Amino acid sequence: MSDIGLYARRLGDDALILGQRLCEWCSNAPVLEEDLALANTALDYLGRARLLLSYAGSFDGKSEDELAYLRGEREFENLLLMELPNGDFAFSMARQYLLDVYEGGFFAALAQSSDEQLAAIAGKAAKEVAYHLRRSAEWLRRLGLGTDESNARTQAALDELWGYTAELFEMDALEERLAAAGVAVDRRALEADWRAQVTRAITEAGLQVPETAWSVRGGREGVHTEYLGHLLSELQYLQRAHPGLSW
Amino acid sequence: MVAHDVIELVPQARVDMRRRRSSSPCADLFDVLDAVRDPEIPVLSIWDLGILQDVRRDADAVVVTITPTYSGCPAMQQIESDIIDALHQAGETQVLVERQLAPAWSSDWMDADARRRLREYGIAPLYDLRCPQCGSDEVERVSEFGSTACKALYRCLACREPFDQFKRI
Ligand SMILES: [Zn+2]
Repeated sequence: MSDIGLYARRLGDDALILGQRLCEWCSNAPVLEEDLALANTALDYLGRARLLLSYAGSFDGKSEDELAYLRGEREFENLLLMELPNGDFAFSMARQYLLDVYEGGFFAALAQSSDEQLAAIAGKAAKEVAYHLRRSAEWLRRLGLGTDESNARTQAALDELWGYTAELFEMDALEERLAAAGVAVDRRALEADWRAQVTRAITEAGLQVPETAWSVRGGREGVHTEYLGHLLSELQYLQRAHPGLSW
Repeated sequence: MVAHDVIELVPQARVDMRRRRSSSPCADLFDVLDAVRDPEIPVLSIWDLGILQDVRRDADAVVVTITPTYSGCPAMQQIESDIIDALHQAGETQVLVERQLAPAWSSDWMDADARRRLREYGIAPLYDLRCPQCGSDEVERVSEFGSTACKALYRCLACREPFDQFKRI
């Protein structure tokens, strides 16, 4: 597959895997409004995944469904943050906040890509990220400044998530090549703004920026946490058990 | 609150859409497609919503260009098949629907008349957040996410009724 196809595919993986995670909240959120919000956010991710995986598939004649349902764990190249289990509400909201800030910068930059289709998809995604971020930023604040319990849980979530954020800003050879050609986003360039914005919000929410001494990577190389396989077994069950099944 | 005039600025993309329609050799097909409604908001057609971009003939086929609203909106699939049905019924045998992503869809493409119909239907349009039931502007947002991707949930503090807002994006 071409470089651009591979790039679109990994971005599609990011959206698909987090979308699937967020779907797990459906009927499990603490209140009805949040249930709707989480399901709606999941739908945005799913829609984004479909656009990106269809585009990726167009380079070698594969359908979006083949890419979503018939690849094994090691063939997925999503960032690890996307596949982590939802945890409690604080964990899901803290992850969403960290990612929404990242995606705000990422899609604004990708909207300038020299690849027209990627730029168009990013232009749509950027609009959706804007309202995702309004909500997750509000929740970070509410949970941080809420009760001792909500503060402690949100802090614990940030502490656990922090080591996975380094991967957001690391480039591999594929992305370096594409960034040099004006196609891909240089993610290293997003880090300073991300850190400044996230630090301000965490501090204002009465929380501490974690000082984590570890970080983990591997997603972009297809090396995952133990959680992805379990997620895929649920996501892919129907197509694996009944190949070619359609509505 | 002081009464003020609202200046309606029309986005360039909407102006272009209107121009394509008024100068189109397929004006009759645009008219046919006015019957295609949003399945969730039947008072609005796909033209009202700014989803319908263009209709043209390409050899024996009719090609319809649409801009999807939200990436994950499940209504888009229904709308595509409604477009094909409507044109089949109008005697067109070969219909193709093309999706155009850029410029990204904006709720600002909705005309003033469509916003009025939305309000009458009970949904507050975009920045006009008065309660559709009693008209009060004492309202609060309950959630940025309503019953569908395009709506947010509000509550009127005067009459206590909940209502949807068609989001601005
Ligand atoms: Zn009212």
